[in-house]
Amino acid sequence: MATTVKQKAGWGTANTVAVILALVPVLWIVSLSFKDPSTITDATFWPKKWTFQNYRGIFKTSEFTHALINSIGIALIATLIAVVLASMAAYAVARLTFPGKSVLIGMSLLIAMFPAISLVTPLFNIERTLGLFDTWPGLIIPYVAFGLPLGIYTLSAFFREIPWELEKAAKIDGATPFQAFTRVIAPLAAPGMFTTAILVFIFCWNDFLFAISLTSTTNARTVPAAIGFFTGSSQFEAPTGSISAAAVVITIPIIVFVLLFQRRIVAGLTSGAVKG
Amino acid sequence: MTVHAEPTTPVATGTPAQTGHRRRHLSEGARAERRLGWLLCAPAVIVMIAVTAYPIAYAVYLSLERYDLRFPKQAKFVGFSNYGAVLSSPYWWHALLVTLIITVVSVAIELVLGMLLALLMHRTPFGRGTVRTAILVPYGIVTVVAAFSWQYAWTPSTGYLSAMLNNAAPLTHYGQAIAVIILAEVWKTTPFMALLLMAGLALVPEDLQKAAKVDGATAWQRFTRITLPLMKPAILVALLFRTLDAFRIFDNIFILTAGGNNTYSVSILGYDNLFTALNLGIGSAISILIFLCVAIIAFLFIRGFGAAAPGSSK
Repeated sequence: MATTVKQKAGWGTANTVAVILALVPVLWIVSLSFKDPSTITDATFWPKKWTFQNYRGIFKTSEFTHALINSIGIALIATLIAVVLASMAAYAVARLTFPGKSVLIGMSLLIAMFPAISLVTPLFNIERTLGLFDTWPGLIIPYVAFGLPLGIYTLSAFFREIPWELEKAAKIDGATPFQAFTRVIAPLAAPGMFTTAILVFIFCWNDFLFAISLTSTTNARTVPAAIGFFTGSSQFEAPTGSISAAAVVITIPIIVFVLLFQRRIVAGLTSGAVKG
Repeated sequence: MTVHAEPTTPVATGTPAQTGHRRRHLSEGARAERRLGWLLCAPAVIVMIAVTAYPIAYAVYLSLERYDLRFPKQAKFVGFSNYGAVLSSPYWWHALLVTLIITVVSVAIELVLGMLLALLMHRTPFGRGTVRTAILVPYGIVTVVAAFSWQYAWTPSTGYLSAMLNNAAPLTHYGQAIAVIILAEVWKTTPFMALLLMAGLALVPEDLQKAAKVDGATAWQRFTRITLPLMKPAILVALLFRTLDAFRIFDNIFILTAGGNNTYSVSILGYDNLFTALNLGIGSAISILIFLCVAIIAFLFIRGFGAAAPGSSK
């Protein structure tokens, strides 16, 4: 199939338009974060005067640095717990026959569709009574619960693709069950678990509603929630620059994931949904 | 690998003899498997129930009480009067209308754009990886970050988009603000739709397309008569996911308008009743009503359109 020059130009234009539309809003917030306070209201797309002042400013306030530590810590711990628990359940779903399997799948589906706002009111009250309000566990627990359906879906799709006969073959070759697991199955399962971890991490990193509802101080408030309430480094200054700089900082991990693991993310997103 | 494979052969021939032996212990084996299955699922199930089932039951209870956080001692069982208050309030119906408009319009636009993007990624002879990487950025970016980008872009004297339209201030007008909210929502979530549709496109056999082409079908005929019908399951799943997701819209509105100029969705209304009005009873009633709306939408999709609930085939 030879593509003519004209067709090539057509596809090239379409590709370019898609890429530009996807990236312009991101470039805009990057540009704002480098604008000098004197030019931030000049409404030009690129800064006329570049400065690191906004970044220096936010890293000096505990409001941002605490939030960044909270974001990283809470998202990592929640992701780790969710992936471990989801792997156990997904292994059972993919490999074992037991009554109640469809109940588990139905329940995960229900939770995946659950409106988070419906839980905010009761969770707010429950966490205040239990002393979990405005603590790390107070956010980690709901994140694990909402990360689990995503994890169980993606992982059971991945686990179904693993050639499990290899485990038997390894045992016949004299491997102990532990060796069969660590040397044969774990390396095969690791890519799926890693992909799932990225998706769950993005979910936790992204959350805003739980983060603003179940926290009240820098104790556990994550970056998205913190920048929602930023007031600027001085009260006479609109916080545009600070918010943009903070926004760019929390976008960096996402860009890194996307650049390094583009294929995995696509496979993870589509495996659970389409293959069912 | 071949060295490892060889010893398995004699065992493989021995399997039929072993089957009979195994069948006798099947019930015991099945019981052990069942126990292991439950054991492995238990932690996940416990967390999910603790965070969703129990609170939603508690929300039902709270919604039947008069419970103002400022006067917690005066909490009192009032039956369905909170629901009466919400359902007779114009705010609830306006929020529902706004939410439905945003949901229907943004999902419709996303379906069209997502399909175009999916076709592009499926068919483009070069640059496929670049496009895929670029569109994953809107998918992965924090919604609040994207919402700020759009907010500043449309703020007069700060934003380039506002400057391009003679210092327009769309976020201060009801209709235009809704349009900006939809724009932000569409930009953020079209990639997700496109990726699901692209996976659906991959399932359409190339041979059918070629055969139809030989028979003289135009590109449009091939798309509507072959591609679309074969993609129906993928499209319905993508629509179901996105509709339920759009109905819960919160982050974008919170940052863009904070619900000002009557742009509040049901989620924003529920949030305000809890954290501004501090009314747990009314807030819980709204929560339960939103939950019911989501359940109705899911039911309509699965029964009405015959969308296979993901996982139902397992």
